[in-house]
Amino acid sequence: MTATETPSSAAPSAPGGGERGRPPTGRRFRRFLSARIRRGGLPYLLLLPALVLELLIHVVPIATGVVMSFRELTDEYLRHWGDAPWRGLDNFRVAVDFDGPVGAALLKSFGVTCAFTILAVGLAWVLGAGASILMQDAFRGRGVLRALFLTPYALPVYAAVITWSFMLQRDNGLVNHVLHEQLGITDEPSFWLIGGNSFTSLVVVSVWRTWPFAFLIITAALQNIPRDLYEAAAIDGAGIWQQIRKITLPSLRSVNQVLLLVLFLWTFNDFNVPFMLFGKAAPEAANLISLHIYKSSFITWNFGTGTAMSVLLVLFLLMVTAAYLLATSRNKRGADV
Amino acid sequence: MSSATEGATEARRRTPAPVRRSPNAPPPSFLWTRRILLTLLAVFSAVPIYVMISSSLKPLQDVTGKFQWIPSGLTIRPYIDIWQTVPLAKYFMNSLIVSLAATACSVVVAVFAAYAVSRYRFRGKRFFTVTVLSTQMFPGILFLLPLFILFINIGNATGIALYGSRGGLILTYMTFTLPFSIWMLVGYLDSIPRDLDEAALVDGCGAIGALFRVVVPAAVPGIVAVAVYSFMTAWGEILFASMMTNDVTRTLSIGLQGYATQTQVYWNQVMAASLVVSVPVVAGFLLLQRYLVAGLTAGAVK
Repeated sequence: MTATETPSSAAPSAPGGGERGRPPTGRRFRRFLSARIRRGGLPYLLLLPALVLELLIHVVPIATGVVMSFRELTDEYLRHWGDAPWRGLDNFRVAVDFDGPVGAALLKSFGVTCAFTILAVGLAWVLGAGASILMQDAFRGRGVLRALFLTPYALPVYAAVITWSFMLQRDNGLVNHVLHEQLGITDEPSFWLIGGNSFTSLVVVSVWRTWPFAFLIITAALQNIPRDLYEAAAIDGAGIWQQIRKITLPSLRSVNQVLLLVLFLWTFNDFNVPFMLFGKAAPEAANLISLHIYKSSFITWNFGTGTAMSVLLVLFLLMVTAAYLLATSRNKRGADV
Repeated sequence: MSSATEGATEARRRTPAPVRRSPNAPPPSFLWTRRILLTLLAVFSAVPIYVMISSSLKPLQDVTGKFQWIPSGLTIRPYIDIWQTVPLAKYFMNSLIVSLAATACSVVVAVFAAYAVSRYRFRGKRFFTVTVLSTQMFPGILFLLPLFILFINIGNATGIALYGSRGGLILTYMTFTLPFSIWMLVGYLDSIPRDLDEAALVDGCGAIGALFRVVVPAAVPGIVAVAVYSFMTAWGEILFASMMTNDVTRTLSIGLQGYATQTQVYWNQVMAASLVVSVPVVAGFLLLQRYLVAGLTAGAVK
C-alpha cells in the first residue's frame, strides 16, 4: 500500500494470473485486503466527513422540522419539544384554510412571492444573458466593466441592501431626489419602503444583486462554445445578430436549464433582501413567504404552524422543480432529433 | 474517458484567448446596442456603489438633509466613529474567524467527497449526490428552529456548546456551502484526465497520495472558486447568525444593524461600516474572479 512496496511487488505478479485462483495468503492477503478497501471502502471513507455534516446540519433537522409540523409546538414546549401534543394535520389545515386569517395571509404572501420571483428571475436572466453576449468579444475596458458588474454580487448582502435602504429613504434618499427634485416625475416624494411601492423596490434591489450571477455563469458558459462555429458561420455569410440567434443562444440551452432553476429556488426562498430592506415587519405588498413564515413562527411563537407552512413550501418547490426538469428535458430531447 | 470528451477538455483548456467572432468588424447596429445597454447597466451597477463611497465621506448634515450627489465637504470622521458606535472590531474578528474556518474546512471536506464521486464507482453514489443537492431546495427557515434545538440538546448531553459559539456557526456554514462546492468540484475533477492520477497510482502513490500530489494541484482553479464561494456565503449569512450568536460571538451581518437602532440613524457611519466590511470580500472576489470563471467553465457549466 505504501509507495515503496508497490513497484517491487507489482512487476512479478502482473503477467501471471496466479492470484485469481488461490485464496491470497500472508503478505499477499494484506495487499488483497488493502486493494479491497481501496476499491470498496475508500470512497465511503472519503465521503464520511461530508456525510456526517449533511446528516447533522441538514438531514436530521429537516426531518425534525417535518415531524414538528404535526405537533402543537408553542414556546412552552420548546425546551422539550418531544412532549408537545400531536395534532395530526391540524397545522396544515389551518395553513391552507384560505377563509381563515392565517390561510388568507399565507395565500397573499404566496401570490406576492410568485409575482416577485417571476419578475426578478426574468429580469436577472435577461440582463445577465444580454450583457455577457454583448461582452463576448474583447473590447477596450471589458475587464473593468466586468469587475464593475460583478461587484454588486460580491458585496455582502447586508452592506448592499443597507445602501439601497438609504437610497430609498423618503426625505434624504437618492431615488426621491432624482425622481422628484431633478426629473420632476413624481408630484411629491414617495414612500419606497412601505405601501405598494415596496414591491417595486424589492424587485429592483433583488435584480441588482442577482443579475451579476447570471452574467458570471453565462460568461463562463460562452467560453465553452468552439470558435470554429462562429468562423464557419461568418464564412457562410451570417451576420453577428444571426450568429447570436443561431449559435450562441442554442448553445446556452443546458446552462440556462440549471441557471434558471437555481435562480428560481434562491429568489423564491430569499429571506435576506426583504429582511434587510424592511426589517421584521415587511409591508404586505412585499411580504415574501420566507419572511412571512419567520414572522408566523418567531413573532407569534407558534412553531407548529410555521413548520407546516415550510413543509407546504418545500412540497410546492419540489413539484415545480420536478415539472420543470421534466418539461425542459423533453424539450431538449426534441430539439436534438 | 472517450476521446471525444478528452478533445472537449483540450478545447476548453486553451480557450482563454479572446474569441473574434467574425473576420469583419461588427456592424454599427451591434456596436450601438452594446454601447447603450452596457452604459445603462454600468450606471445601474455603479450608482449604489457611488452612494456608499461618497456618503461614507460626508459630514452628518449632508446625509440627514436632502440627498446631494456632491458632498459639501469630505471628512474621514465616520471611519473613526464607526468603531465606537458599535463594537465593530469584535464583530469583524468574529466574522473573519467563522468565515475562514468554515471555508477551510468546507473546501477540504468537499475535495474528499468530490474525489470519491468523480473517481470511484460505488453503491449509493447517485443517492448521495441527489440528496446533497436537493438540500438546496429547503428554505433555511424550515431547519432553523430544529437545528437550534439540536444544538441545545447536544450541549446539554455532551457539554459541547454549539449554540451561541463560533464552533456551531462554523459547522453550520461549512455544511451550507458543501452541496454546491461538491457539485462544482465533481464537474471540475471530471474534466481532469483520469490518466493523470492513474499514472500517479502506477508510480506508487496511494489513492490519497494521487489526490494530493496530482489531482489537487491540477484542480486549483476549481478549488479557489469553491473557496471564494464558501467565504462569501459565510461572510454574508444573516438568518442563522441572528439565531445562533450571542453578544460575544455576534457577526457583522447582525452587528451592522446596530447603527440603525440608534434614535438617529448615522447614515454616513452606516455607509462607512458597510464599505469596511465589504472590502475583504469584494477585493478577494475581484482578484480571484478569473479563477471563478475558469472553475465554472470547466466545472459547473457543461
